[in-house]
Amino acid sequence: MPELTRSTAAVLAQRLASGEVSAVELTQAHLDRIADVDGDVHAFLHVDADGALAAARSVDERRAAGEALHPLAGVPIAVKDIVTTKGIPTTAGSRILAGWVPPYDATIVRRLKDAGLVILGKTNMDEFAMGSSTEHSAFGPTHNPWDLERIPGGSGGGSAAAVAAFEAPLAIGTDTGGSIRQPAAVTGSVGVKPTYGGVSRYGLIALASSLDQAGPCTRSVLDAALLHDVIGGHDPLDSTSIDAPVPAVVQAARQGEVRGIRVGVVRELSGDGYQAGVRSRFDEAVQLLVEAGAEVVEVSCPHFEYALAAYYLILPSEASSNLAKFDAMRYGLRVAPPGVETPTAEQVMAATRDAGFGDEVKRRIILGTYALSAGYYDAYYGQAQKVRTLIARDFAAAFEQADVLISPTTPTTAFRLGEKLDDPLAMYLNDIATIPANLAGVPGMSLPAGLAAEDGLPVGVQLLAPAMADDRLYRVGAVLESLLEQRWGGPLLDRAPQLQPSRSVPQEVRS
Amino acid sequence: MSALTRDDVAHLAGLARIDATDDELDRLAGQLAQILDAVDRVGEVAAADVPPMSHPLPLTNVTRPDEPRPGLTADEALAGAPASELQRFSVPRILEED
Repeated sequence: MPELTRSTAAVLAQRLASGEVSAVELTQAHLDRIADVDGDVHAFLHVDADGALAAARSVDERRAAGEALHPLAGVPIAVKDIVTTKGIPTTAGSRILAGWVPPYDATIVRRLKDAGLVILGKTNMDEFAMGSSTEHSAFGPTHNPWDLERIPGGSGGGSAAAVAAFEAPLAIGTDTGGSIRQPAAVTGSVGVKPTYGGVSRYGLIALASSLDQAGPCTRSVLDAALLHDVIGGHDPLDSTSIDAPVPAVVQAARQGEVRGIRVGVVRELSGDGYQAGVRSRFDEAVQLLVEAGAEVVEVSCPHFEYALAAYYLILPSEASSNLAKFDAMRYGLRVAPPGVETPTAEQVMAATRDAGFGDEVKRRIILGTYALSAGYYDAYYGQAQKVRTLIARDFAAAFEQADVLISPTTPTTAFRLGEKLDDPLAMYLNDIATIPANLAGVPGMSLPAGLAAEDGLPVGVQLLAPAMADDRLYRVGAVLESLLEQRWGGPLLDRAPQLQPSRSVPQEVRS
Repeated sequence: MSALTRDDVAHLAGLARIDATDDELDRLAGQLAQILDAVDRVGEVAAADVPPMSHPLPLTNVTRPDEPRPGLTADEALAGAPASELQRFSVPRILEED
């Protein structure tokens, strides 16, 4: 039943509720799809077939017993490997955590399980979410389902590719500077970074605590809203969790409305540096919104040009502190320094961190250590925090003129694997349009805008809304998605090349 | 200001407890100098009178009632330990030899 893996979660939920399909059948269909294509895509680091089938069986039994279930009960989901899952290995894409099995669930995992979603496995990512291509994963890159020679974005390339390759209808991502939205853009899928504090960070392996936010990766705007609604809301285990109801995202996605809505085009997030095909798809999307009755205004956010610089000081500073906990003492890898008879804890720590961390992680830890050191703190970290204030003020001013902002999600379509691996700065530039939202804490969505004429690869359009107004993303996104799909004659992912069942064994089985 | 020498990188790697090899230090020093040049741009913004922002939400002192609640068992806490003994983490010696 190939159509089972191509349906949206919203449709699957109806088919489960009507009894037309069981959760076990649905889960098996996705496990079969993973077995068929993941040898080529490598979206998964770990597939928990037994656990998934057991969870699905339990949902089927509860449904048969007449229990009132959550609408998404029985729908499969993939979870980024930076989110702790009790009893299922969690590595954050790092050698230093290879084989670690967490003794507890992240709050969002608990909420997925409580709602009866079926966890298929853990998805690949750049090590500790540092990267824009998944090439910094210690376990090999994920491949873009549109072109297996190209990057799926990052850090959450595994989650986006799993959804785009029809290996899972839903996935969890995390977004520190664009790690949900940029992979969504380059894979032709939908990704949402909620308002900072809107989704609990308890059980997320922290990269930069003041920027990290988990959110949905899906194939439709409505599916993103349904998942957002499950994982969002206050959590006493996260001190930065917002103590307020989740915005009415599902209702917003179902209703959709752009008439009279002021859409602000951000002047600084377009023009030079943006690929021609990205610009033309973006301009078309804006034009569609105008035709549907939106009022388009141009807004200026003059400090956005400093966002990348501020981000690459704030993030490494926080990361260098957060990653200090990988010390070879309580969990994870422990490596003895060669040639030392009875090494000290400190020598073991340094040898382990050298062996366990990849290049990008070392670069950022050292950069953060420098930015926080005495004598440089004011010039780097302190100044970056001031720039952060100015970026938040730019957003505040822009949202006085517009209800939502719009921009391309990324400057280019998916580039080739290996192309930017040796040029860290070129890699960082991928997130130039997504980073400002993390610095200010505002929510953002990327949805497919079509294919670039020059390379036939997906382009993403980004919507941004004020903090706590996540529902606006869904209200406008649903209309834009529907208008675009009318033009395309169906979802953009219908145009992706068919993946051939691969004879190579899925990588995680080999390891 | 962004003149970061190879010796500086070696010192920083030491502070960060990363026992980097010579090859790594050579590579990292060049890349970090390039990245520092780019992030130096924050200094171009006149922001003397701008308050620093550490966090998107204006929160202070979030507390919860001081009530006992279940946590991990000793076995669970030790499950991922590289070495353990007598329900404790077993670690390499922490003192230098004198």
